[in-house]
Amino acid sequence: MFKLFEPNKIFAITSKAPKYILFLFIVVLTIGLTEALVLSPEDYKQSDAVRIMYVHVPAAWISLGIFSSLALLSIGSFVFKNKNFALIAKSLAPSGFVFNIVALVTGSIWGKPTWGTWWAWDARITSMLILALFYGMYLLAWRIYREKEKVIKVTSLIAILGVINVPIIKFSVDWWNTLHQPASINILSTNTAIHTSMLIPLGIMTAAFTLFSLLIFLMKYNTELIKLKNKGLDRL
Amino acid sequence: MINEIISMNGYGAYVWSAFSFTLMSFTTLYFATKLQLSKERKKFAIKFGSLDAEKARAARSQNINKEILSNTSNI
Repeated sequence: MFKLFEPNKIFAITSKAPKYILFLFIVVLTIGLTEALVLSPEDYKQSDAVRIMYVHVPAAWISLGIFSSLALLSIGSFVFKNKNFALIAKSLAPSGFVFNIVALVTGSIWGKPTWGTWWAWDARITSMLILALFYGMYLLAWRIYREKEKVIKVTSLIAILGVINVPIIKFSVDWWNTLHQPASINILSTNTAIHTSMLIPLGIMTAAFTLFSLLIFLMKYNTELIKLKNKGLDRL
Repeated sequence: MINEIISMNGYGAYVWSAFSFTLMSFTTLYFATKLQLSKERKKFAIKFGSLDAEKARAARSQNINKEILSNTSNI
């Protein structure tokens, strides 16, 4: 089954896709920004400060999703002995890290008008900071180790250890007393604590951020493939 | 209307700085990734150009190499 997705076979698609995804991303982002900054209503308690949610929440969701994917791909690369999994994981990590930083910074900016502080060692914020450290270690390991077998082992270990933190981030608001409110949206249920007028811009911004991470992933994946091909030319 | 959007009921500095930081991070990541990609493509084109006829024929037999060369100038 994995032979269908061999880099040599899919490169024709992955090299052409970014320009279409970039166009789609710009369109969806423009709609999302208009909804988030102009059309959506202000919150009765937080007033217009609530608009920060439209960048903070999708960034946090995607950084968690990408790190979970890194762990799954790492397990996959061990089980199926397929190096393409490691290559996909390596290409996903930079956008995950940037989303993590965006979530932390925008959260800090949101914290000032709502909680009266830029930073608190609250369970959710601290566990998100730990996730950023895992992302940092993961990216650094790819730079430090030159030997392919070793770097795959080290990065996989970091991803698998780091993923333990993902459910801690998710349930931190239920397990501990934190400044963060409990989850307002549950993907397993239709019940949400957010009104549709706010849910729609949140959905559009999440779609835009997902497209952006896909765009960066494809560009990064193509870069890695060309790097491999460069090494191949050296061996000719 | 414009003033309302800018001031955001007194929260403008927070809202705009959060959105600006996000968009700046995206722009930086996009251009850094694009630069890396075009560097590797250029490197590939230079290496490919320095191959002798026989090696170039062998390299050209792989579809992926042809694809990389055809996309060297754009993304």
